[in-house]
This record gives sequence, C-alpha cells and structure tokens, in this order.
Amino acid sequence: MSKESELTKLPHEILKEAQQAGIEADEKARAATFFHLNQQTVQAKINEYFEGKIELLDTKTALKRYPELEQYMWKLVDRDKDEYTRKVAAGYSGGYFIRILPKAEITFPLQSCLMITERNLEQRVHNLIIAEENSNAHIITSCLQHSNVERAAHLGISEIYVKKGASLNFTMIHQWSENTFVRPRTGVEIGDHAAFVSNYVCMRPVRDMQMYPVAYCNGAEARVSFNSILYGQRNSQLDIGSKAVLNGKGSKAEMISRAIAREGAKMILRGLIEGNSPDCKGHLECRGLIMDDESFMQSIPELIARKKGVEITHEAAVGKISEKEVAYLMTRRLSRDQATSLIIRGFMDVSILGLPPALSREIKRIIEISTEAT
Amino acid sequence: MDILEVKDLTVTIQGKPILKNLNFSLKEGASHILFGPNGSGKSTLIGALLGLPSYEIASGKIFFMGQDITSKSADERAKLGIVASFQNPPEIAGVKLGDLLKLFLGKTPEEDFSPEEQKLIEAFRLTSFLDRDINVGFSGGERKRSEILQLIFLKGKLLLLDEPDSGVDVESLKLIASQLQRYIEQTGSTALLITHKGDIMDYIKAKYGCILLNGAFHCFTDPVSMYRDIKNYGYEECVACRRRKTGGWNFEQRK
Repeated sequence: MSKESELTKLPHEILKEAQQAGIEADEKARAATFFHLNQQTVQAKINEYFEGKIELLDTKTALKRYPELEQYMWKLVDRDKDEYTRKVAAGYSGGYFIRILPKAEITFPLQSCLMITERNLEQRVHNLIIAEENSNAHIITSCLQHSNVERAAHLGISEIYVKKGASLNFTMIHQWSENTFVRPRTGVEIGDHAAFVSNYVCMRPVRDMQMYPVAYCNGAEARVSFNSILYGQRNSQLDIGSKAVLNGKGSKAEMISRAIAREGAKMILRGLIEGNSPDCKGHLECRGLIMDDESFMQSIPELIARKKGVEITHEAAVGKISEKEVAYLMTRRLSRDQATSLIIRGFMDVSILGLPPALSREIKRIIEISTEAT
Repeated sequence: MDILEVKDLTVTIQGKPILKNLNFSLKEGASHILFGPNGSGKSTLIGALLGLPSYEIASGKIFFMGQDITSKSADERAKLGIVASFQNPPEIAGVKLGDLLKLFLGKTPEEDFSPEEQKLIEAFRLTSFLDRDINVGFSGGERKRSEILQLIFLKGKLLLLDEPDSGVDVESLKLIASQLQRYIEQTGSTALLITHKGDIMDYIKAKYGCILLNGAFHCFTDPVSMYRDIKNYGYEECVACRRRKTGGWNFEQRK
C-alpha cells in the first residue's frame, strides 16, 4: 500500500460521513488507518510513529504474504454457522488484518472504516485481528452506508485473538441506514491474563441487524467486557447480544447495555454468560428505555453454571423514562423536551465504555449529534 | 407586598385530597419557616407550588407576583423564579452536576466557571463532585449542599426549601444555612423553609413562622418562640393555645 493517504482522494461527502462515524481524516491522532469502500480496500496505512509495532493489511494480501495465517481463519466462527457465514466463505472482497506486535504499546487508536456507497451491494468482509502477547491497543472501527444508498447488505466475519497478557479495546460504531441489512459474525479468543473490551455503539436507524459475538475466555484470569449503547429508531429491527464462555480458571465477563427504543423500533437484547471453570465470575446489566407504544423491547439474560464456585449475576430493567427525573429537571427551568433529551443522553453514558478521554469525547459527540437530530 | 398568594387551594395525589381549601400568602423579601408534623402535607404544598405533575390542583388558584400561575408547568414557574431544594432529589445517571450548573448559568459544558463561581462551588465543598452523576452515590449532606448550590446558580426569587437541614451534620448545616442567608440578603428573595429542627434559625433570619396542621395554615410572627412552644406542647396544643390568646390570629386574618 502507498504511503500517501488515499483518504484525501475520496469524494468529500463520503469522507464527511466517515468523519461523523468517528474516522479522523488527517490520521495524525491515529496509529493506523484502514478503509474498505464497497468491495475494495482503498487504504491500509500505518502512522510512521507506530511502524514496527503494528501490521495492517487487507486480509487477502495478508494471507498471500503469510500463508500460516490460514490457521486463524474460520476457527472462532463456524463457516457453516448460517447462510451468511457460508456466503462469506464462498467469496469475500477483503477486510482488515491487524496484528499488534508483542509488547507493543499503541497509544493512539487504530481506525478502520467499512463503507457502502453502491446500491444493492452485498458487502462481504473477513477481518482478522491478532493482539500478540503483552501488547496493548485500542481499535475504533466504523461501519457505515452512504445515506443516498437505497438498499444494501453487510456480512462481516471477524476473528479476534487476544494472546497472553495482551489488552485490546475494540470499539465499533455502526452508522447504517434504514435500508441496510446487517449480519456481523464475530468470535474472540482470550488467553492467560489477557483482556478484551468490546464496545458497540449503534445510533442510526438500520433495517435489520442481528449479531451475537462470542468470546471464549480460555486463559487463566482472562477477562472480557461487552458494552453497548443502542439507539433504536424508525422501525429498526435490532437483535443484539453477546455471549461469554468462561473456560479459564478465574476468568471474568461483564456485559453492560443501554438501549432506547422509539418510533416503532423492535429490540431484542440478549446476553449469555457461561461459567465452565471454578472461580469464574460474570455480571450482566441491561437497561432499556421504551419511548412509545409502537416500539418493542425484550431483554433475554441467560446465566449458565457448570462448576461449583461459579458466580454469575444479572440485573435487567426495561421501562419508560422516569417521570420523577423529568419533573426534577423541569423545576430547574428545562422544558419537558430538554429534560427528556438530557436524561436520554445521560442514559447513553459513554463512561461505561472505559475509553481514553479523546476517544470518549468523540463517541460522546457522535451520540449527541444523533440524539439532537431526532 | 405578597409575592405569593394561594386561594382555596385543594391538592390531590392520585385523586386523594391531601390539602383542602388552603389559603395563605408569603411576604416578598421575607423568610418564612413552615412547621408541621409528618404527613401534614408540607411537601405536597411545595410540589403544588412548583407545578410537579403528580400533584393535581383540583380547585383554587396560585398567584405569583400578581400573575395567575395555576395552570403553568414546572419549567414555566421556574423561569418566573420559583425554585426548590428537594428533600429526596432523584439520581440521574450520566447527567453531571457540573454540566447542569453550567446549563443554569447559560454555559456550554466546554465553557469554564468564572473564578467567583468556582469559589462558591469550593465553599460548598463540591468541586470534586462536578464530574459526578447528579446525586448518584451522594451522601445525605452532599445532596443537600448540591441542592442549595443549584438554587443559588438558578438565581431564584422564591426559594422553596424542603428540609434542607435534615440528615446534615453541624458543619454542613452552618455552611448551607449561612450561604442561603447571604443569598437571600443579597438578592432580596423570599423563602419558605420546611424544618423539624430549630438550629437552622441561628443562621436564617426568618420573620414569620407558620404551622401547617389539619390542612390549614396557622401563622404567627416569631418562628423562634413558636418552635419553643411546639417543642414544649406539641403542634396541636401550640396552635390551640395561640388561637386562644390571639383569637385565631392566623396569617390570613392578620392581613
């Protein structure tokens, strides 16, 4: 890939939409940038400051250069899982391969953008992330569809390996449109004393989205957190959950979700924590606000214990916005609408994501833009 | 001059009447202490004056500075200058105290407090709470300090104070009450303060004391002696005794 930024060659409106989804166009505050437009990788570039610490390639290029990477493919996601995995297995246009080298401390986030601008496109990607031993990195990945595209689908396979002692924070922002059909399939393997944090933010309407990433905490003291902030609106259908399999001794899982359903959104929020080893711990917290009678919200928490000493808990609450909170803010001179939107923005609190301050501010801005628009 | 006038006010909660045909008024620029046993309807009165939706006004009128505000919403009343400190303010996750205070001052979250504002926040010992979600994990005293500081930043004309001294240690009481008194003196604002204890009157110079009992106001001039009588004889006897002495000299008839 060339050293010149290809992002600047993108049409202005495409770049602008990517920026609204968290992509930094000047790339200075990013350790690396990957951009996949429709069915082609247009950018895979590492900030020179981080050269030798990160590898970033299109998946197909990476497999040609390092045939041994094949062993990581289709290991955490079953290629015969469903019709979508089978479709990607039959043919895909690329995706990102990210390797964080051993002991590398990546102080700036790596960014990736998968974008659809062609109508009726079925984008199929296969991503592979390997966080080598004792590395530490943040990845922010934005998936979006250009607003003038009528109908499209995104099928994305992601396999993520977090090796011994490594720490990986993976933040995914989805900005699809009312006509996008989305089926991500993700598997994560977490080694000894390693930690994986998955943050998922979905603020725009989407036609139909279903995902259920699975994390296998195979190492001793392996930790996983799944946090999600979901804003369901305009008849969006969202079936979103996560599963943590605690196989390692003393491994831990935490799942926190905040969901809002309005304007006919149908939302199913799932969470499953499976404790298969002694001393493993898990907690699941799901809070949902339903704003009108046209919307629907269902929370399905599942806890499984297979060994003595497993400790897994959950708390879930779905319901309307607290009238007491609204009234309180109204006595502070806020109108009912202002009070409601302040509570909603507070409800979708980015601090649950545990991000570094700069990234946290950016996500907060994305949430504010999206809630102001409605 | 009366800043607030309540005429034949009946307040219900879920259809059940709590206050019936209540009449009273508050003098502009004066501090009024409102006594009354638990369950006498003091907090209901404050809720009705604020315009909280769960307190239904079945009949009667409320006038603020001569304007009929009976059908005005809570935010409209707050904009006119009616503000309150709550006995049990709600916790609002994700809404930071600092951002809320800035909102009251017309500032964006990115703007800084002025040195004077910072000084006031520091005086209330709330600087380290600015980045915290409002009332989440606050102790009783911290909630009261945050409530009073908010009122000062809101620059209210009529302060409705629902037990600002309950669950508060001696030092915090002194802090809260002396800051309140300073604000009242500086701005000439009016206060209606609910309390079960007399200590706060060491700092708040209240001219009037009133008892809310059996759905009616019984008002007398000196809250300090009134509090002493309540302590010695109880609410019922205090009201009855003073009625005997004064011939039912309540606030309404004194006008």
